[in-house]
Amino acid sequence: MSQPNTKADAADGGYEIVIEPSSGFLRTNWRELWEYRDLLHILVRRDFLAKYKQTMLGPLWFILQPLLSAVVMSIAFHKVAGIATGHTPSLLFNLCALLPWSYFAQNVTTGSATFTANAHLFGKVYFPRLVVPLSTVVSNLFAFILQLGVFLLFYVWFAVRGANIHIGASALLVLPLILITCVLSLGLSLLISASTAKYRDLSHLTPVLLQLWMFASPVFYPMELLTKNPSWSWLAWVNPVAPIVEHFRTVLLHDGIWNPAMLAVSAATSVVLLLFGIMAFNRAERTVVDSV
Amino acid sequence: MSTARKLMVDARGIGKRYRIGTRRGDDAQTARAALGLRAGDLPGTFWSLRDVSFSVNQGEVVGLVGRNGAGKSTLLKILSRITDPTHGKVTLHGRVASLLEVGTGFHPELTGRENIFLNGAILGMKRWEIAAKFDEIVEFAEVGAFLDTPVKHYSSGMFVRLAFAVAAHLEPEILLIDEVLAVGDAAFQKKCLGKMGEVAGEHGRTVFFVSHNLGALRALCTSAILLEDGTVAMSGKPGEVIAHYLTKNSPSEGESNGHVAWPDATSAPGNDEMRLVSVTISGADGTPSSLLEAAQPITVEVRYTVMQRVRGARFYLFLHTSEGELAFVATDHLHQIELLEPGLYRTVFTIPGGLLNRRRYVVSTGSDVPGERYIITVSERISFTVSGAGNQSSLFPESWPGAVCPRIPCKVERLTA
Repeated sequence: MSQPNTKADAADGGYEIVIEPSSGFLRTNWRELWEYRDLLHILVRRDFLAKYKQTMLGPLWFILQPLLSAVVMSIAFHKVAGIATGHTPSLLFNLCALLPWSYFAQNVTTGSATFTANAHLFGKVYFPRLVVPLSTVVSNLFAFILQLGVFLLFYVWFAVRGANIHIGASALLVLPLILITCVLSLGLSLLISASTAKYRDLSHLTPVLLQLWMFASPVFYPMELLTKNPSWSWLAWVNPVAPIVEHFRTVLLHDGIWNPAMLAVSAATSVVLLLFGIMAFNRAERTVVDSV
Repeated sequence: MSTARKLMVDARGIGKRYRIGTRRGDDAQTARAALGLRAGDLPGTFWSLRDVSFSVNQGEVVGLVGRNGAGKSTLLKILSRITDPTHGKVTLHGRVASLLEVGTGFHPELTGRENIFLNGAILGMKRWEIAAKFDEIVEFAEVGAFLDTPVKHYSSGMFVRLAFAVAAHLEPEILLIDEVLAVGDAAFQKKCLGKMGEVAGEHGRTVFFVSHNLGALRALCTSAILLEDGTVAMSGKPGEVIAHYLTKNSPSEGESNGHVAWPDATSAPGNDEMRLVSVTISGADGTPSSLLEAAQPITVEVRYTVMQRVRGARFYLFLHTSEGELAFVATDHLHQIELLEPGLYRTVFTIPGGLLNRRRYVVSTGSDVPGERYIITVSERISFTVSGAGNQSSLFPESWPGAVCPRIPCKVERLTA
């Protein structure tokens, strides 16, 4: 894919686009990306509308899906396997951790199929390809907000019934946490989509890896199970999702560890992944049309 | 090409190399097949375009002419920034929009209204631009009553109209169009052609236009570029370029002698369902010939093998003059066999005597399943010359104008003294 230099030509006030064999990595044209913000907006709308058309329950599915898995996992992990969830009701415990996890997993699943799912479109019309994975991250944010609403409803319900939970100003820390999730999942989906552009193998592996990743993250069990186990504690540091998920519970439910160092590692990993992701994506988008 | 107007497109030495052996897109494959696996300078590669240079000024409508696989689509893809050139440089002095397909990005579940905004944005329009033109687009597409119906319920005609309407209202300085006029009914095609003429004429836009409809190319273009094997073989006035193209690409009369055959069943035009075997032109006495009498009927016999059962296929006969004007199109769809079982078939078209003019004609044939798919792409196959006496033109030594010259009954009467 060409990386056109779209610069305003001062002499005639017009546009000039130069198409050349491209080289180099970080040649994303941010100005052009900004020019296409309306497309981003409309793609987000499309994603949202198209997802629930032709379903009876419509947007309710954005809520029902994580709710159902929270219920199922509460039964499996807490009733059957007997894993303790501290002072928090297990449903709330799971719902809280599923907020960042489903956002992350959705982003990676949809985003990593950017080239394979849009091969036809990319072969017929030009626009900055980065718009597509960006729109995925933004449109999934709406599902996240809906789920946050459900979480708060259950929160109130459990609080009224006298559960030992309280929300405080620390809840605002959700914002930087979700930002890290954004960066991490975008970086990862750019990397995966770039690699699936030529060989599809990874697209078969992605769902399996994500499932494995979910169990390697403290979504349905407390982080303590990892940190206190000498043979698994490294996982808490290596897995950038683990501290995000755990700290969601820490700031919303006051049930979890507080470890800024771990978060910093996670954030740094995310930024590095995003940079590599953009590079790989830029490289792939130039040749993908000739090979998908 | 006038020099007073602003330079809009400047292409210098564009080359595009495709790799063979790795997974590639359909285009690369058709291109490779058409080029007969011509190897490039590296093993396992071939050049779809080589050292292509040209420049285009503001307000010009440029037609790209060439056989399938000559590099037309690759050139449009490079100009529309879908793929990178391997060599060379193109400078575009203006906003570009490309219409390589009608309805790119339409989402079947969304309504007509939603798709107008989606498609417009994908083609590079701003939201306010689409909103400002919304009523015009709806009116042009004639889908007003179905605006809030998901487009998956649209008829194919409505779908195409809506898609073209959005694209027609783009306002780029440079517009690239590939073969989109092959779809839609005749009335709508006419409307689209009118709109394109308007876009270039009144608004001074630059248009690049690929079509196998040579008549439309002649009517719309101010200049043409002929691509052969990835290089510019000729550029200049559309009439001259098209005439040159038709002469070069239809077997010359001396060689063909009214008969052209594809002995190799695997490389004959067509696909796995159906392939051409031969095209034969003959006069009243039944012997193949490329020199025919104007007064006598002329038969065009198309033979083809059917390898897989095909339902509802029809054959076309396109007759162009050697200058590229379309004389007429005939089809066998009223006489076709509904279900073609494997076997050898022929369709015989008889052009009545006293219809054609004294000039050279080019026969194109192909087949499709109407509204569904092409089986054999319509392409130039053979040419012939009509001469002799029989029509009114025969009384004059100079050529008579017109793509055809039918003998029309007429009488002259004195009514009053």
